[in-house]
Amino acid sequence: MEHTAVLPAEAHETTTGLNHRKVLMWAFLGSDCMLFGSLIGTYLVYRGRYLAGPKPTDVFDIPYTSVSALALLMSSLAMVLALAAIQRGDIRRLKIWLLCVAGLGLVFIGGQVYEFTSFGEEGLNLAVSTFGTTFFVLTGFHGTHVTFGIVWLLMIWIMAKRGQMTQARSLDVEIAGLYWHFVDIVWIIIFTVVYLIPV
Amino acid sequence: MSAQAPTHTNEHSHPGPNEYIKIAAVLGAITVVEVAIYYIPALRPVIMPLLIVLSATKFAMVAGFYMHLKFDHRIFTSMFVVGLVAAAFMIVAFIVLFHFLRAPLA
Repeated sequence: MEHTAVLPAEAHETTTGLNHRKVLMWAFLGSDCMLFGSLIGTYLVYRGRYLAGPKPTDVFDIPYTSVSALALLMSSLAMVLALAAIQRGDIRRLKIWLLCVAGLGLVFIGGQVYEFTSFGEEGLNLAVSTFGTTFFVLTGFHGTHVTFGIVWLLMIWIMAKRGQMTQARSLDVEIAGLYWHFVDIVWIIIFTVVYLIPV
Repeated sequence: MSAQAPTHTNEHSHPGPNEYIKIAAVLGAITVVEVAIYYIPALRPVIMPLLIVLSATKFAMVAGFYMHLKFDHRIFTSMFVVGLVAAAFMIVAFIVLFHFLRAPLA
């Protein structure tokens, strides 16, 4: 009896049957886990060991940061709705949801800029203590990831606006979405470890 | 970005928008509970395990439903979990080395 491997018409022909771009994104996210793991580990080692400068309890504004965290969490909902929209071929809703994601991301980044500024006014900076160094490096690195994600999503929005995004290109949105959800889950951990768990 | 295959061969159907909204509501509720726990002095002795369980639940929900790991090919989960385990190992190693074995800090 002759067996023939059958692939769906839309499948990308690879040895694994999996799309290489998606595999690459997951490999990147796995490696980024290790990067954030090292930053979180360093923060945990140095937390509570400061000779100068304000303590975390002196500067953290939990209600304010909670709103930022909620904004980022809800941006993940908008992101997954954007993906669902392009998978249905609904480009109008794709554009709306992409703008929502970018907007909520900007709310988060704006909040972080304000937070960093107010911490600086209270005497906390990169050099004043190991708490300051590890805190700003960890949260600043995450903020950079979010900023890059916003730029990426706005580029997709511009392409959609120009009519370059179609249902057949939903993988482009899916890959950007994976990156966006990743920065969201990293913040879930940072919010708990840095802000909520007392020193 | 080029036009490519939108999905791979072993994908199951994903949840719909209504399910995504319900998941977001649960995620939001968990966040509210986390912040409430922070403000309840009676829960201070157990605050760390409580917050870790709640944030792990949020993490798993986003990764499983929004990142579609629950529905996608298991190789994606494996690739992500390898990175997560390496990160967790690194964090535990740092804490053991500098807190319990008291290696000198800079």
